[in-house]
Amino acid sequence: MINRFRTSFLAAPYAVWVLICTILPLFYILGYALTNDAGGFTLSNLFAITDAVHLKSLWLSIEVAFVTTIICLIIAYPVALILHNLKISNKGFVVFLFILPMWMNFMLRILAWQIILSNNGILNSILSAIGLPTVHILYTKTAVTLGMVYDFLPYMILPIYNALSKINDQVVEAAADLGANWWTTFIKITVPLSKDGIISGIIMVFVPALSSFVVSNLLGGGKVLLIGNVIEQEFTLARNWNLGSGLSIILMIFVLLSMSIMNKVDESENGGMLV
Amino acid sequence: MTNVKKGASYLYLGLVFLFLYAPILVLIVLSFNDSMSRTVWGGFTLKWYMNLTSNDNIMGALGTTIRITLSSSILATILGTSAAIGIHYMKKRHAAIMLGATNIPLLNADIVTGISLMLLFTRFTPLGEFSVVLAHIAFSVPYVIFNVLPRLQSLSEACYEAAMDLGATPMYAFYKVVWPEIFPGVLSGFLMALTMSLDDFTITYFTKGAGVNTLSTMLYTQLRKGIQSELYALSTILFLLAFILLLVMNFKKDVRKEAKTK
Amino acid sequence: MKKKFMSLLSVLVFGITPILSFTGCGSDADATDTLVVLNYGKYIEADVLKRFQKETGIKVKYEEYESVEDMYAKYKAGSINYDVICTSDYMIETLRQEGELIPVDYNSLPNYKNINPDIIEASAAFDPSHKYTVPYFYGTVGILYNTNMVDEDTVSSWDCLWNPEYKNRIVMINSQRDAFMVAQKKLGYDINTTDKLELENTYKLLCDEKKYVYAYLQDETYECMISEDAAMAVCYSGEAAMGMEYNDDLDYIVPNEGGNLWIDSWFVPRTCKHYDAAMKWIDFMCEEKAATENFEYVWYATPNTKVAQHEDEKTLADETVFPTKETLGRCKLYEAYDKETLDYTTTLWKKLKAY
Repeated sequence: MINRFRTSFLAAPYAVWVLICTILPLFYILGYALTNDAGGFTLSNLFAITDAVHLKSLWLSIEVAFVTTIICLIIAYPVALILHNLKISNKGFVVFLFILPMWMNFMLRILAWQIILSNNGILNSILSAIGLPTVHILYTKTAVTLGMVYDFLPYMILPIYNALSKINDQVVEAAADLGANWWTTFIKITVPLSKDGIISGIIMVFVPALSSFVVSNLLGGGKVLLIGNVIEQEFTLARNWNLGSGLSIILMIFVLLSMSIMNKVDESENGGMLV
Repeated sequence: MTNVKKGASYLYLGLVFLFLYAPILVLIVLSFNDSMSRTVWGGFTLKWYMNLTSNDNIMGALGTTIRITLSSSILATILGTSAAIGIHYMKKRHAAIMLGATNIPLLNADIVTGISLMLLFTRFTPLGEFSVVLAHIAFSVPYVIFNVLPRLQSLSEACYEAAMDLGATPMYAFYKVVWPEIFPGVLSGFLMALTMSLDDFTITYFTKGAGVNTLSTMLYTQLRKGIQSELYALSTILFLLAFILLLVMNFKKDVRKEAKTK
Repeated sequence: MKKKFMSLLSVLVFGITPILSFTGCGSDADATDTLVVLNYGKYIEADVLKRFQKETGIKVKYEEYESVEDMYAKYKAGSINYDVICTSDYMIETLRQEGELIPVDYNSLPNYKNINPDIIEASAAFDPSHKYTVPYFYGTVGILYNTNMVDEDTVSSWDCLWNPEYKNRIVMINSQRDAFMVAQKKLGYDINTTDKLELENTYKLLCDEKKYVYAYLQDETYECMISEDAAMAVCYSGEAAMGMEYNDDLDYIVPNEGGNLWIDSWFVPRTCKHYDAAMKWIDFMCEEKAATENFEYVWYATPNTKVAQHEDEKTLADETVFPTKETLGRCKLYEAYDKETLDYTTTLWKKLKAY
């Protein structure tokens, strides 16, 4: 028998680590969030979210994160499926090709999108060369969404692919033997069985997209103000750490809420886990 | 699979790859551009590659990046793997608390994590390279844990117990039965930690000490007045190295497989 | 049972950590022969930094930041004890009012005589008794425009930035103070106004402009102009000079209504632990050779009078780099806002961005 009690102590060093490097810093933030700049107790930093500007940017963040997640899902699921059905020996290699771009610095890659999307950029040169009208994408919400899809796509592909590879192929074959066509098998068997992967993917894309600010800084041209930008600016430009902390606590609560909703959908016994 | 379907799916994969690799192509082209501006093509040159090693700043930042990335991802993998095993065998309620806490760094905006860690570190240790390593461990451990845990969950305990019944020591049984099963998770956790650490800017920026520069922080301060072209060259080299490493690993696997089938 | 494994792991985790801390720096933070410098990104010629360390034997920990606000956040966090910092005028004034500055010992700066007295005089706006600062570079805020798309008459007034004809081809500066300045000049207000109604009107005018703006940029505005993605851009003079080097169709102007003169200066913050080394650093920055090398790298106007003899006539006559007396007469320095105005304008700026 495995001595569960003793083995669980393997997590002891990590428990100490979490206390010091995760919980303690959180209290610092909470401390700032619940005080004003004179040091007195206040809840106004939390209620500041009801400010028109903050609500608007929060809403915009939710919208962008939502659209990003949906697009990622639409692109990623077929990719994962194709990869899964690929009849080659070195599938691992192909999977790694999706992570490899991350080895080029993130800011450089986003910068490259600037070059591709700008008014006289690569995309527009190609479009006008083949006689199509040019597009104005850079420094709009579309560009920010595109940048996020680009950035987070691998986080959607990998969990779905992992979930698919866990499916017992015989189940799928059985469905086919029993007369189900491809589509029915897909909807009734494959999708439900890969649900865990889909949910991990959604969370892994939605959460960082909700709090991201670098992509909107570089591709939004200062015109797209997400809640992440507001928080960043409170910490830097506005020099109001109290408000910045208050808003990030609210954002955390928000993320937790959306995750618990996702986990309601996911009835699996290990609810509460992210990946 | 019919040929049409096969062709369509290859085309689709190709398009997705094009989407993922187009910016990288652009950056590789830029590394050969003989102009300080990134929007002007000044002719083909190799000088950024030639100048690279003599640029102390960039080489220094590269060294720092490698030191920070490697040490933080190795430590995070060790800490995370043992934590995952521990959590797996914990009482459910305790496990839930641990996992909740593990989620925190993933939920927080980077800048909040960065500033809160800075506030913590300044009380206890002078900021330097070491504080960045600690910060990187903090945000990459969750990735390791969440990569290892699913592997543990799909592990059947019967094998381990069987091994023990047959007289294996716990260490031996772990090494022979559990480890091979969770290893892919550990590896992907490690790779993710490595990638996250390599790519991070915000948290590094706030937790680094004076004069410590990673490639990311260096790039950021250069955004204002144009990025040194040597950095494009260096990024290209790093990228190609990773690519070649991948190819070689893959090739080796193939050779091993073939040897086995023979 | 698994105890061995666990203890092995904990030894690994807690054993490696101290070893690592040895390789990390931190212990030598208080050594006497080091100097912690904080400066804008890419604001020094690398060789000057090298030469300083070689000639003085002082080891420099050189830190860079991207924007004034970044600098303030990093400094205020108190995580690093900076010895000498270079930043812009109104931020220096803020720090001065907060009591963060230590006086500079001008007697220990033999090269200080190289600095243009006019610029020192102008510095009085943020350093009234002239005790704390040594100018490093200065310049103006104006419009960089493409002569093929816009004619000079149009850009000689800030009005052009509200011209629907240039929709999506206008780059506005992504800095609250500078953007407000532009609108205030158009409205005929003082650029240091603290009147709430005037600030409100400034904000409204900028909201009107937003629909024409291609992007709010501060970084690499010039790239956008070189590639002709935009027709005109509000930017700093040095950035304009950089752009004009790559695209001959570009020109720079400070509109008739006038604009802002900014001065970046060195100062010593309260956190300074190596005062003598800091003085050596500031003096070195005023040295003829270093100043010339820095100028040729940074391409902003240098207050160092000795640099002129090393430059050709064309450079010296370049009005983008060296604003004329007449231009300077139209420009004014920013004064630091009081806390209330600062909070108010920051809120307005946030509202504009969300508009």
